[in-house]
Amino acid sequence: MNTFLTLLLNGISLGAIYALIALGFAVIFKASEVVSFMHGSLLLFGAFTIAKLNASIGFFPAFIVGVLATAGVGLLVERLLINRLRGAPVISLAILTIGIDIMMLTELTRRIGSDILNAGHPWGGDFVRIGGIGITENRLYAMVTAAVLIALFFTAFKFSSWGVAMRASAEDGETAALMGIKLGRVSALAWVIGAGLAAVAGLFLVGSPTPGVAPGVHSVALRAFPAAILGGLDSTGGALVGGLIIGIAEAMASGYQDQLLFLGRGFGDVVPYVVMILVLLVRPSGLFGTKELTRV
Amino acid sequence: MSDTTTIGEQLAPAASSTPPTRRSGLLSLRTLLLLVALVLLLVTPIYVEEFWLRTGFAVFGAIIGAIGLNLLVGTTGQLSLAHAFFLAVGAITYVYVSGESGGTAEVIDGLGLPPLVGMVAGVLLAGIAGLLFSPVAARLRGIYLGVASLGLVFIGQHVLNTYTRVTGGFNGRTAPEFSLFGFTFGSTDPDLFVAGVKFGEAERLWYLGLALALVAYVFAKNLLRSRPGRALQTLRDSEVAAAVMGVDVQGYKARVFLVSSMYAGLAGVLYALSIGSVAPESFALDLSVLYLAMIVLGGLGSVGGAALGALFVTALPLVFQEYAGSLPFVNEPGQGGVSAGQAARLLFGLAIVLVVLFEPAGLVGLGKRITGLFRRKPRTSPSPPRTTDSTKEHS
Repeated sequence: MNTFLTLLLNGISLGAIYALIALGFAVIFKASEVVSFMHGSLLLFGAFTIAKLNASIGFFPAFIVGVLATAGVGLLVERLLINRLRGAPVISLAILTIGIDIMMLTELTRRIGSDILNAGHPWGGDFVRIGGIGITENRLYAMVTAAVLIALFFTAFKFSSWGVAMRASAEDGETAALMGIKLGRVSALAWVIGAGLAAVAGLFLVGSPTPGVAPGVHSVALRAFPAAILGGLDSTGGALVGGLIIGIAEAMASGYQDQLLFLGRGFGDVVPYVVMILVLLVRPSGLFGTKELTRV
Repeated sequence: MSDTTTIGEQLAPAASSTPPTRRSGLLSLRTLLLLVALVLLLVTPIYVEEFWLRTGFAVFGAIIGAIGLNLLVGTTGQLSLAHAFFLAVGAITYVYVSGESGGTAEVIDGLGLPPLVGMVAGVLLAGIAGLLFSPVAARLRGIYLGVASLGLVFIGQHVLNTYTRVTGGFNGRTAPEFSLFGFTFGSTDPDLFVAGVKFGEAERLWYLGLALALVAYVFAKNLLRSRPGRALQTLRDSEVAAAVMGVDVQGYKARVFLVSSMYAGLAGVLYALSIGSVAPESFALDLSVLYLAMIVLGGLGSVGGAALGALFVTALPLVFQEYAGSLPFVNEPGQGGVSAGQAARLLFGLAIVLVVLFEPAGLVGLGKRITGLFRRKPRTSPSPPRTTDSTKEHS
């Protein structure tokens, strides 16, 4: 039973990290119709910046600079590229982000080389036990931070004028623009938030039990894709639920690896994709996604 | 684009077709140019050194794969990141069916059948894999399909890494030499000299690749001109419109997945032959992304564009590697700085961004623009504007 609870808790914390990334996908998709295939690189960029700076300016300043820098990259991409292509087909926008991702990932991989950088979390690899249930401190803080950020996000989304503008422009861009909502600004802000969330997720993703900042983190970030798709790409609540489902499923599959040996070693790594495809077969627009309506 | 037809043209063919005399004149010039190119390609092995021939073989394989992906993504508008998986199915089937059992470190199974059987099996099995995925594809649209197909690559990697007896696991396994009815494509047996040049493995494979790529090219060209081809293009422009016109939407989606993955399977077999060995590692998401880069750079929806893109994306890193010493900014591996492969990747990334921003019709569109500058303006009624054509291309 303790194993199960431990796995559940770890799954939830992993899911919280995925949810942060997936939330970024959802916000960006809602505001600018772009499916960001460059999120893995953004996340790696954030973690890399933090790891590089913490030696000289300390962890918390490095953390803030890293998040801001990643958000800056998101803003730059939105202003310079996405904004010019408003109304282009979703697929070509996705391909555009793939192009950026190739460049960023190549450069980051080159800079990281074969090292594994340490992000320098002050909590290191400490372990917490709560009545027989164990979790690393990193994952615990990840859970708390994610909960706070997600709560903040949903409050802003519901009540702030930005949130209203965002929902309005996602509902019907043209009408929103006619009502005086600046679509460009909404989309820019969405990219800032999406990229910033990715950097925060990156920080926790490279902490224990993961060894550190290595190019492989990029593919871990890709597992947040199933989370976003599973919940429904245009649903922020869905991103949260999807993240948790994927996180728990992955933790369970890795934890009960020995019982699942007939599925092969390291099955946990592909569980997110298996779950995603199964869910999509039943619900093609994800759990909470709006069904595509076609009017003739 | 000569191989795309907008719905409008389909409805009213008489309205937009150019006068027949002019068309046949242009066609003959085109045919002439193609013939010259073909002759040049045929005599290449006599004059060119081995490195270029090997690069050429890799390019031919990539051309086949890219044409297949372009049918799916460019022509039909189904975003797929699963191409690497179908390549893997083709390559692994080939080495399994035609390879021998044995292995030193790990036990490897193989059927030891003739390589031709292996190649056909690879193509067929890849096609079946595509058909098996098509129920998923039929239900999903646009970006959901893209991400679901992304999942297929990772699941495929896992499966391949698990069945080490078939795939050789992490270390991979060597690919058996190709042979056709007793004629081997190795360096000897039988020894062959043409015009005083010894035809070794590289020369022989060049012709194999050329022949297969040509067949793939002509087949795709004809497919696009035929009724199914038009149906696929209508599917891309609007599924509803296609259904209203009587196109069996799900059926065509399944069939295009079948054809595209069969192309990928053949490309996978050539890949195995070109590298000489296969490992599951080689068929990761990277490869899918490279294929996507090829068709985007070449021009979505255009068969010739796919070939151009494949040439560019496949040859560039190899050429960079060969001439690393004499290129600025590029260093030999291990010296720090930008390595050849990385330089090529940076360039692809940049090229993709630029193409999406400025020339959605890719290299083919760029070529059209340049030739358009030299072409005389028609005196009577202007032909349909090129620009709208190229934007239509891209969706």
